[in-house]
Amino acid sequence: MSIVRALKCRECGQEYAIEPNHVCEFCFGPLEIVYDYDQLEGVFTRELVESRPHTMWRYKELLPLDGDPTVGVQNGFTPLIRARNLEKVLGVSELYIKNDSVCHPTLSFKDRVVSVALSKAVEFGFKTVACASTGNLAGSVAANAAAAGLESYVFIPHDLEQGKVLGAGIFGTSIVGIDGAYDDVNRLCSEVAGKYGWAFVNVNVRPFYAEGSKTYGYEIMEQLGWRAPKHVVVPMASGSLCTKIDKAIKEFIRLGLVEDQETAIYGAQATGCSPISQAVKQGSDLIKPVQADTIAKSLAIGNPADGYYASRVIRDSGGWAEDVSDEEVVDAIKLLAETEGIFTETAGGVTLGVTRKLIEQGRIPRDESIVVCITGNGLKTQEAVADAIARPRVIRPSIHDFDAMMAEERPAAAADA
Amino acid sequence: MKLRVYLTFHEDTVRQPIIWKLGKEFDVVTNIRTAEVKDHMGLVGLELDGDDDVIEAAIDWLKAQGVHVDPIEQNIIEG
Ligand SMILES: Cc1ncc(COP(=O)(O)O)c(C=O)c1O
Ligand SMILES: [Zn+2]
Repeated sequence: MSIVRALKCRECGQEYAIEPNHVCEFCFGPLEIVYDYDQLEGVFTRELVESRPHTMWRYKELLPLDGDPTVGVQNGFTPLIRARNLEKVLGVSELYIKNDSVCHPTLSFKDRVVSVALSKAVEFGFKTVACASTGNLAGSVAANAAAAGLESYVFIPHDLEQGKVLGAGIFGTSIVGIDGAYDDVNRLCSEVAGKYGWAFVNVNVRPFYAEGSKTYGYEIMEQLGWRAPKHVVVPMASGSLCTKIDKAIKEFIRLGLVEDQETAIYGAQATGCSPISQAVKQGSDLIKPVQADTIAKSLAIGNPADGYYASRVIRDSGGWAEDVSDEEVVDAIKLLAETEGIFTETAGGVTLGVTRKLIEQGRIPRDESIVVCITGNGLKTQEAVADAIARPRVIRPSIHDFDAMMAEERPAAAADA
Repeated sequence: MKLRVYLTFHEDTVRQPIIWKLGKEFDVVTNIRTAEVKDHMGLVGLELDGDDDVIEAAIDWLKAQGVHVDPIEQNIIEG
């Protein structure tokens, strides 16, 4: 059953038929999927969801497909963990990590958006799919397209991390490195999308694509025992995930699946690319484009498409936005690894770094539930931490050498042995 | 052709009558579809209609004035 009503302009409200279209003819505003939630009254229940397989599609009525998904059928439903060690370090009483660093199949939350975008592209009849990417999206489009038998083109800035480039190329995609920043890649892709008639997941099928991020929010609430958290900290590049977590919470409240906790949403960016957090902190609703310069390349969008809407969600929900230095990003990556055994990428370092900062500033209270959105995997951004990690000390395969090493490094343990 | 673009004006360009100048310098029809202007920056959704080469030259001229130009999508609309 599809309850999708239309594509609707977020600025002027004009409605459009369901087609590969992302921008309003009248005012150039972005289009968004709207639904007839009334049709789900009494039908879409906690019991129904719980009876389904553990994938993101257990909420399929709230996703914009006509039929069942054909791409990424197994994706989503990642762990939500209670982070007790991290709670102690940060001095808070209830902290959770939503861990999409282990999202199937390419280890970032982008597998959610791509599953929806490519399944919709198949419904529309496209044979070729493409994207402009800061890294994770490229890998996800390449992998999911390969599995679905679709041809793919991925466009990335030329200077991405090796793990991101390899993590896309391995799937046999056509990978195009652009001599420029992400915003140049994006600009080129707007033109290519208009000319080549491909399904560009973050251009002409963007309204469908973006809806996939809602599943990250639905899972948080279901995994908290059908409860919305009080505070959620979200990494922001284009700002889309931030707005969709908010939409997910509002939808569950509307459908009576959770109670309204007046969840506050907090946005996280790296200081070297912080157009949205700067706007929030300055109380402005115009997003000033910036030239990105940060190790958090997955978040390095200088002119974010949903920046305005993200800043509004943050303000209206009673949240805030902050940004952290590259050094703080590396510290936070290490902190998460050492306390919770989770190796996240630079975006996760940004999110945890900002969480810490907001707690220290008193913006997030210490005694209420907090969810930290960890959205990508550290194995893809190893360059960022390589210099900050202890290298193995090399010894000969001899117990004498080992004893000597222990005596030097851990005299107490060596004496006990 | 018709080309749809977003223009971002910064502190140093936001007070100048750049779209008026554009219409004087080039044989293009300019049609503002959305605009938000503050004292430190401005955002304008603009449709340009004219010959392909004139539009291309007009876009280059805008960039040379220090305006940030983002195509919304190159949609060639017949007629
Ligand atoms: C790991 C990771 N987290 C978060 C984001 C932010 O996504 P959005 O563009 O929806 O703000 C990205 C975007 O590329 C990402 O790769
Ligand atoms: Zn509109």
